Amino acid sequence: MKKLLGAIALMVGAVVAPATVAAAEAGIPLERAPKSVSDLAALQAGARVFVNQCLNCHSASAVRYSDLRQIGLTDEQIQNNLVFSGETVNDLMKIAMHPADAARWLGVAPPDLSLMARAKSVNAGPSGSDYIYTFLRSFYRDAGKLTGWDNLVFPSVGMPHVMWELQGPRELTKTEVHPVETAAGEATGDWERVVTKYDADGYSVVTRETVARPVQGAYANYDFTPLDVRKSQAYDNQVANLTAFLTWMSEPNQAERRRLGVWVLLYLGLFLVIAWRLNAVYWKDVK
Amino acid sequence: MAGEKNIETTGLLGWIDARFPLTSTWKAHVSEYYAPKNFNFWYIFGSLAMLVLVIQIVTGIFLVMHYKPDAAKAFESVEYIMREVPGGWLIRYMHSTGASMFFIVVYLHMLRGLFYGSYRKPRELVWIFGVAIFLCLMAEAFFGYLLPWGQMSYWGAQVIVNLFAAIPLIGPDLAIWIRGDYVVSDATLNRFFALHVIAIPLVLIGLVVAHIVALHEVGSNNPDGIEIKAKKDKNGVPLDGVPFHPYYTVHDIFGVAMFLIVFAAIVFFAPEMGGYFLEYNNFIPADPLKTPAHIAPVWYFTPFYSMLRAITDDYTWVLAGLSVLGAIGLLLRSNLRGVWRIAVPVVLVVLAVLLRVLDAKFWGVVAMGGAVVLLFFLPWLDHCPVRSIRYRPGWHKVLYGIFIINFLILGYLGTQPPSPVFNIMAQAGTLIYLGFFLLMPYWSCRGTFKPVPERVTYKPH
Repeated sequence: MKKLLGAIALMVGAVVAPATVAAAEAGIPLERAPKSVSDLAALQAGARVFVNQCLNCHSASAVRYSDLRQIGLTDEQIQNNLVFSGETVNDLMKIAMHPADAARWLGVAPPDLSLMARAKSVNAGPSGSDYIYTFLRSFYRDAGKLTGWDNLVFPSVGMPHVMWELQGPRELTKTEVHPVETAAGEATGDWERVVTKYDADGYSVVTRETVARPVQGAYANYDFTPLDVRKSQAYDNQVANLTAFLTWMSEPNQAERRRLGVWVLLYLGLFLVIAWRLNAVYWKDVK
Repeated sequence: MAGEKNIETTGLLGWIDARFPLTSTWKAHVSEYYAPKNFNFWYIFGSLAMLVLVIQIVTGIFLVMHYKPDAAKAFESVEYIMREVPGGWLIRYMHSTGASMFFIVVYLHMLRGLFYGSYRKPRELVWIFGVAIFLCLMAEAFFGYLLPWGQMSYWGAQVIVNLFAAIPLIGPDLAIWIRGDYVVSDATLNRFFALHVIAIPLVLIGLVVAHIVALHEVGSNNPDGIEIKAKKDKNGVPLDGVPFHPYYTVHDIFGVAMFLIVFAAIVFFAPEMGGYFLEYNNFIPADPLKTPAHIAPVWYFTPFYSMLRAITDDYTWVLAGLSVLGAIGLLLRSNLRGVWRIAVPVVLVVLAVLLRVLDAKFWGVVAMGGAVVLLFFLPWLDHCPVRSIRYRPGWHKVLYGIFIINFLILGYLGTQPPSPVFNIMAQAGTLIYLGFFLLMPYWSCRGTFKPVPERVTYKPH
């Protein structure tokens, strides 16, 4: 029986493991969100960015301003620095804009952000925090788009780069290597490298050249060049803070959950030892 | 008259026993219920299933105190529970983790029954009540999954209710009747809530009682698959039996401690379980106008969901062909007697014709439902001369192994978006699943069986 189970476990592992890798998300790889939800300074800085930049078009209607006490702020600090439009600290982070109006004005109603960091996670894959961190740092100028902006993580996204002034101008070099296809979609057997350079104003120059088939097959590279490096780095830091805040906001009790969990497991470990010995005491008489 | 009863207890207990079978029930089901002493690790899952049922009921009661079964408020009220109700997050995570753990425990419990032949005569009713519990559990999980009113809740319910529309003639009307609307809506949410918190739990508890009463009537099976009641001492106590209390109560407490460690580890450190216990898409409120790119049921339904998706129009040719082959095979050589000898092949031929006449989508639904209903017939499909896998030929064990791996692969495929390769794998898997059970009368009695011992195999601890 044990051998049978062992064999089953091995075979299942062999079948499932490669399939999982193959099913990994396409698109640009997501970067790890660098700051943790236990970093109070990051959470407080992130709250400031959130309230100033996001919370006007986006709501966070499951969150109360007073929840920010959990990240080390006092009611006074919250009221004076983070509440702007006549609410009290006990109000929910709702917005005045009606979703129907938003859809009419902006094309699509900006989603509520209360749970975004959880909703954007991928099964057995990157977390929603990684998604947000990469998404907010992947905007590029594209004069061909309605808003003048596009995004590598979310192509043709409805939201323009709201925080562009914080990030400063950047250029993007897209390098894509793929097989050449005819207009009808048939492979010609040739491969080409297409390099698209977007300048800081969103105008692009495309160069194409025929290349040999690369060993790894089709691939794409995306390279941002910030024109103001210090600003861009400061922006990365702010986005890291904001991401940590959104992650905290998606489950404000998560630190408490883990803290309590350690005690529960310690207790259960002790209980296990007692239950084990109790069992042994009774069963020693059974011959 | 009460005086006719022979009551040994005195005082308050005696007073109660004269009016209510308290002591006798306790003795019959606990302190003098003799269970085989050679139970192994696999025998813990029955008690654990009961524990999880209690966890689900208790946490469920507290969730209902704060949850709002209203399409406009349901999603919000779940987040309210998670954030503002004191301890609400813990109760909710226990309930969501409990749902998945219920299926893990029940699948292992059923697998134990399969390994040791616990469904064989005289335990057919124990098994049948058990399969009915499993069906109820599936219904309970399905109805409950709509309640958080997230995207997966909504679209999962939409997909499953639409399946009923595939039933010929009455289908479309039936689907509307189930939903109470033309799409999944507030009306659907309210009735699913009623079914989830009242109707199904009542049936479930009734069936659990029936399952245990039936078990205690015939006595527990054991890993050797032999009857301990065949060898009794002079007091009528089975030689290889030990009283359930205290021996198996302490045993189960030990098992419960191990289970709770796993349970707590998930609840406190990985409540989403990588998106399999709580699907990430379900953190987005239900939007009837936005269909998610990939709708996958929760993991515990995926093996059956795979079988549903596997039945394509082309594939019904394969099934129809196999039905005809089966009919010919049964006609030429079978042990069936009298009318059955003709009737069964005729039914198979009619089935083959219907497989091609009716829509493949309908047969997908039949395959999904049939895969569970088939389990009811297991006691009569298995013709093996021994009960336990321990005394079966080696190649039987290989078949069991293939069946388990196949079930897991079907489960994995059900979580993935459809693709041509995966579809063929699911079709092969469906055949393996159905073949394992439907051909059981043929294969289960073949091979060289090892001698079954007189007494149970037991090593003192």
